[in-house]
Amino acid sequence: MSDLAQMPVLAPHAPETRGRSLFALAMRRFRRNRAAIAGCVVLALVALFSFVGPLFSSHSYDEVFPSYVSIAPSLEPRPGADTLQGAMENAVQRARLRLDAFQVEGRSFTATLAADQPIDPRATRYIDRANEFDDTVVKETLEDGRKLVVEGRVTREYFPFGTDSNGRDLLVRVMLGGQISIAVGFLASLVSLGIGVVYGATAGYVGGRLDNVMMRFVEILYSLPFVFLVVLLVVFFGRSFILIFLVIGAVEWLDMARIVRGQTLALKRREFVGAAESLGLSDWQIIRRHIIPNTIGPVVVFVTVIVPKVILLESFLSFLGLGVQAPLTSWGALIAEGANNIQSAPWLLIFPSAFFVVTLFALNFVGDGLRDALDPRDR
Amino acid sequence: MTARTNMKSRTAQAATATGETILAVRQLKVVFDTPDGAVEAVKGVDLDVRAGETLAVVGESGSGKSQTMMAIMGLLAANGRASGSALYRDREMVGLPIKDLNTIRGDKITMIFQEPMTSLDPLYPIGRQIAEPIRHHRGGTAADARARVLELLELVGIPEPARRIDSYPHELSGGQRQRAMIAMALANEPDILIADEPTTALDVTIQAQILTLLQSLQKRFGMAVVLITHDLGVVRHVADRVVVMRRGEVVETGTTRAVFDAPKADYTRMLIDAEPSGEKAPPALDAPVILQGRKVRVDYKIAGGFLKKSGLFTAVHGADIHLRQGQTIGLVGESGSGKSTLGRALLKLTPSSGRVLFDGRDISGFDRKAMRPLRRDMQLVFQDPFGSLSPRQTVGEIITEGLYVHEPQLSKAERDARAVAALQEVGLDPTARNRYPHEFSGGQRQRIAIARAIILKPRLVVLDEPTSALDRSVQGQVIELLRGLQASHGLSYLFISHDLSVIRAMSDYVIVMQGGQIVEEGETAALFSNPREAYTRALLSAAYSR
Repeated sequence: MSDLAQMPVLAPHAPETRGRSLFALAMRRFRRNRAAIAGCVVLALVALFSFVGPLFSSHSYDEVFPSYVSIAPSLEPRPGADTLQGAMENAVQRARLRLDAFQVEGRSFTATLAADQPIDPRATRYIDRANEFDDTVVKETLEDGRKLVVEGRVTREYFPFGTDSNGRDLLVRVMLGGQISIAVGFLASLVSLGIGVVYGATAGYVGGRLDNVMMRFVEILYSLPFVFLVVLLVVFFGRSFILIFLVIGAVEWLDMARIVRGQTLALKRREFVGAAESLGLSDWQIIRRHIIPNTIGPVVVFVTVIVPKVILLESFLSFLGLGVQAPLTSWGALIAEGANNIQSAPWLLIFPSAFFVVTLFALNFVGDGLRDALDPRDR
Repeated sequence: MTARTNMKSRTAQAATATGETILAVRQLKVVFDTPDGAVEAVKGVDLDVRAGETLAVVGESGSGKSQTMMAIMGLLAANGRASGSALYRDREMVGLPIKDLNTIRGDKITMIFQEPMTSLDPLYPIGRQIAEPIRHHRGGTAADARARVLELLELVGIPEPARRIDSYPHELSGGQRQRAMIAMALANEPDILIADEPTTALDVTIQAQILTLLQSLQKRFGMAVVLITHDLGVVRHVADRVVVMRRGEVVETGTTRAVFDAPKADYTRMLIDAEPSGEKAPPALDAPVILQGRKVRVDYKIAGGFLKKSGLFTAVHGADIHLRQGQTIGLVGESGSGKSTLGRALLKLTPSSGRVLFDGRDISGFDRKAMRPLRRDMQLVFQDPFGSLSPRQTVGEIITEGLYVHEPQLSKAERDARAVAALQEVGLDPTARNRYPHEFSGGQRQRIAIARAIILKPRLVVLDEPTSALDRSVQGQVIELLRGLQASHGLSYLFISHDLSVIRAMSDYVIVMQGGQIVEEGETAALFSNPREAYTRALLSAAYSR
């Protein structure tokens, strides 16, 4: 994902003799790092799965299938052929007919009904009355109406990841959890990036008493227990999606502010800052035009560390029950639910945690790659 | 003691064998793998080092002179590869495994570097660092090594060696640190001492001392010295033979006298002639005074510790200065003399007391906001062309930054046109404005920095060591450029430098500073021909004796 976020910077729309910026050079190094590129691809796939996947599924994340509670994952459609055969036999029996043949293909069925007298075509209603079958129509009438070949739709559902204890499709819920976890991860990181960079650069550049006051404030915030803070906020404002990433962002910016401040302290002794000062730029202009762009390397690297950290934090909150509210869900909430059912329904734990682990690995590989690309020690 | 006598006998041996080739480099190549493909830094160098001689390897930055020596010592960066041959007393050094290489380097061949502060480990006392190679190669007890270190420190002329042996690098001055480095290099009485720009980071008076020390030590130990330098003055003074390198190739080899008196290669001739020349006529007597400083004083507060009182450090003690329209005042002094601080104080970039008048207006009490409109008339050019340009901006953005502040009404196209004009004026291709500073050489970057200053059409430019980080030949070009700009725009310069030859070529008036005080000032010609103060004489003799 982070490579997508940086794409606009790379896109050159300028004249032919455009030089290669430090960033472009770093990206060249990055592209040669196989693990990092693999990480990017995996992230893109996971994002695609989470955000585009639901469009291809007929189930909604809060749709309950009362007949399929805690069903194990399988690639076979539900209900199975045997169950359908039984249901059909029941229906046919109620219509006082005989079932000669029954076939199911995908989501349609063909049945041959037989009786001693000619059959009233309205007998198909008996079939429609069963939950499993719909839109039954007579296809063929044989033997002067004593035999009917009927066709219709079968309501069959696919649950490749199984269902949860409420009978909801786990596949769709994992997709939704991915959406929320990824969104929280990036939005909260952006919040922390925004606050942290501006705060840290200001404290570091202005220095002196203001720096002291600002950094002591950061330390006070550090000393507050995070969970306590979240519980308080949740109690005050109720649980909401926006609150979660604001809260996480508001906690994570502390690290960012410290890193940026350290960078700024080193940068402000550089001569180009002195040159800007002698050109008459104001403090804010210097921070904006010189300090912040030059902290970008360590900041980008730190963001790739923060994103997985935030996803973990959100999972932790959801695990405690302070995160997103049902029926919305996140990977953390899904994992918490899976952990409760680990013996009866292990797939509830396996699928969300597999996605979670893969995403975190990919993010860490990307982070490592970015760090190596932006901070080459041997040049 | 036995080790000592051993060394004595070996020294004697070496001395008798003077003239014998002890290091023969043949077809040495160094290739660096970069993202843009392989870059050949050294393209087949041949050179011989004879026992007991001083061989100077001369060249401008990027000529591969340091990389040649690094390749021999196995110190190339990780992406560098060396090929060819370097025979030290019939032992092949190129491609030797590290373990075997370590029996030679640090023992038979040692090295000192340009910047003694960064080549000494700040965490250990110097005595311990000097003892390290002795104990590694010779063994022995810590007490033996310490005795040897004391002897060495005395030898290299560090005062009070018994006390200094336990000092940390930051407690020593630059010259003392370089002496400590030399002591470390001499610890095992090497056959060859490679000195990579050993005096470049030092003040002129210290430079002379270090070179004298190296010469006397060389005589005493009979070792060969390979002196890597870009400073031809040093070469002329100390070297027996000279190897001139350019772009990874040897251009010329010969005895010092032969090379200097009758250079065969054009490049060598150009290097020798690159000494800045010319002089500047003083401005008309009735030229208006543009900048005036009266009793300018700069104090720095030294932050106190928990139980320590904070103190005051006075960097400039009440300096008076009058700069007239079109004049160039050269401000000379060693590092720490307060010359740069005075320059910054006059531009109101550093808090100071005393009065500063710009164009007749008293600006002493102006704060940053009040100064802002005046900034366009007073510009500053820094020493380090690598540090003074923001690496994340294009050259166009860098040089138009001042316009952005002082002429915000300009459209993008107008700004671009001004950038093109400024780049042309400093002799750069205008297409450079779309590129980034790291794509330019030091001299080109300094031109960019000058373009940034002159795009605002200032009246006063403070040049803080603008040529010190540049090669001699590039220095000459930058000086020409600055002269041309002064003539066409009627600029006034405050030229800060420690390099007397540049000062002489650029300025019509010279101020000599020492320890924050102006010790002498006067017209350039008069001051150079007839210095009154002992300090000025010391500076002059250090700079021109070689």
